[in-house]
Amino acid sequence: MSYVAIKGGGRAITGAAAVTEFLRTEQGLGNPAAEPLEIDTILHQLRHLVDRVVSEGGVYHPQFAALAVKQSLGDTLEAAFALRAWRSTRPRLTATPPLDTSRMRLIRRISSAFKEIPGGQMLGPTPDYALRLLRLELIDESPDAFRAVARDWLGSCPEAQLPDSFPKVLDALRAEGLLPPLPHPRPLSPGERGESSAFDITREPLVFPVPRSAALATMARAETGSLLAIAYSNMRGYGDVHPTVAELRVGYLPVLLPHPVTGELAEVGEVLMTECEVVAMYAATEPGGKPVFTVGYGACFGHNEVKAISMAILDRALQKGMQDGPANPSEDPEFVLLHVDGVDSMGFASHYKMPHYVTFQSDLDRLRTTQQKSGEPA
Amino acid sequence: MNAMSHTTGGNAYNFGFLDEYAKKEIRRAVLKAIAIPGYQVPYASREMPMGRGFGTGGLQLTLALIGPGEVVKVIDQGSDDSVNAVNLRQFIEMTCPGVSTTTRTAEASLIQSRHRIPERPLTPTQILVLQVPYPDPLVVVEPSEDKRKIMHGEADYSRLLVKLYEDIVQFDEITISHRYPTRINGHYVIDPSPIPRWDVPRLDHAAALTLFGAGREKKIYAVPPHTRAEPLAFSDVPFRVEDFRDAAGRRRACARCGCTDSFLDEFSSDAGEKVYQCSDTDWCDEKLLRKESLRGEAA
Repeated sequence: MSYVAIKGGGRAITGAAAVTEFLRTEQGLGNPAAEPLEIDTILHQLRHLVDRVVSEGGVYHPQFAALAVKQSLGDTLEAAFALRAWRSTRPRLTATPPLDTSRMRLIRRISSAFKEIPGGQMLGPTPDYALRLLRLELIDESPDAFRAVARDWLGSCPEAQLPDSFPKVLDALRAEGLLPPLPHPRPLSPGERGESSAFDITREPLVFPVPRSAALATMARAETGSLLAIAYSNMRGYGDVHPTVAELRVGYLPVLLPHPVTGELAEVGEVLMTECEVVAMYAATEPGGKPVFTVGYGACFGHNEVKAISMAILDRALQKGMQDGPANPSEDPEFVLLHVDGVDSMGFASHYKMPHYVTFQSDLDRLRTTQQKSGEPA
Repeated sequence: MNAMSHTTGGNAYNFGFLDEYAKKEIRRAVLKAIAIPGYQVPYASREMPMGRGFGTGGLQLTLALIGPGEVVKVIDQGSDDSVNAVNLRQFIEMTCPGVSTTTRTAEASLIQSRHRIPERPLTPTQILVLQVPYPDPLVVVEPSEDKRKIMHGEADYSRLLVKLYEDIVQFDEITISHRYPTRINGHYVIDPSPIPRWDVPRLDHAAALTLFGAGREKKIYAVPPHTRAEPLAFSDVPFRVEDFRDAAGRRRACARCGCTDSFLDEFSSDAGEKVYQCSDTDWCDEKLLRKESLRGEAA
């Protein structure tokens, strides 16, 4: 008698991989015009998919993020997962100091708190005010028309000289004494020396209570939908943050690293980021202190506005929970921070597809025994 | 430190996939776990290329401990050939060149397992790595880890005992089937991973080191060799393993090898009859081989 229960696992895995690969390439069956999706095409035409994957993957590597999107057939959870796993193979060699986001090269910047802000509002690329009507003309877009759009737009653009940096809206509020003073001195500039004291969630486990930097780092690479769902629960009434977006900015942030020999900070590149600062109703700083607005902060790699706003709201909710004790799930650091990671949650949901023969056998034993006992006279 | 030496190209992976700093961190956590039996040591679990919940905690332990010349066995549900075991073994073979793998429990120096402890008693030269989905036995009575840590520190397991008591009141039986809370060295109670109750007594004073790795929950803990491991129970309601007796009270035997003292898997044959077979495939093969060789000698 052969072994019945679990055999042929190796062959099954190979077969599953082959049929998945077939799905990826199926379009090429008898279709000489079919072409594999180029990484460059994904980077440009599916850029928000790449934004999401660099953010949730927690590594700023847009090219590998695009590759991950390609090999996962567009599944963002799987793509972020592959990028994270690749990251596990890289040692951490150094850390950046806190970077000054007022030096961001902006593509978009808005405030919903003030009509006019120093430096001005800049709507930039956003679907916020677009009508969500299907653009049927894109079904059969001709390559010529496609190329003409970008060319014509650039040609018609006025030569505007944008300043290198925009002041932060929060700075103006802070100068008026409406916000608590910054806990740390301003971030460092090129030429200065300094080390980061931020909690590194990739090298230290979360042991509660955790510092705010650990919470921020966890949310920065969290799964967008998970973060949104918990933040939305707070917005809807399971919480009372009532935020105002003081500033939302999207742009390229110069990254500074200490020079390996001199230790002086030098610019080594830039990362596309979204940053959101919300202001919430005021609280007394300490007994007898002057009341001030409170602040929530969100930032992540890529252009991910909903994520940055959700994160800022949750940051505020968590600070409140840490101070007064959580009154809602969104104010509970353990609840929020341990349930928003996409790699963790999707992995665990998937694992239920694995065999559970032994534990189920054990369950059967308990049920049969208790059934038997409940049938017996007491 | 040769962390960078193997990780130069974009496709080249370090021996054991993880960078050397990560492995060192895991080994330090292992040492602490052995020094404080049953204590859950937090560590910065890395993302592995397989799903959380598929054994990433166990795999990180295996990859951090594995050396050239290691003989590795990977099982899932007691079987070497179940999909996940094959997957993990192939990954180990791919990322640890020079390491050999085996299906024979007796030959392995490092055994990674999900849901089972091999039937064959392990020896002092072997290490058993168990994959863990829920590292904390207190999670059934207390959702906050912060509070659970205090309860563990004070060895306050009263709420767990109350849960067992409530079971007895309601069902006249403790209904925990697997992941049975087990007190280690008289202090910390562990979740021994989803092994059946059958396997729990074999943790007690075992000759081999047993390591538990929870990747998603970022914890490592250990039952060192020759350490007390006692399932929670009451003096008048003893701990009981799975019952494999038939209606007549006779111990069922494996339909394949005839073994009557192993954990059995139950399934239905094509004819619709219930069939029982050893869950541990290597154990079953070994028994069968011995039976056949005895038959050969007799002939």
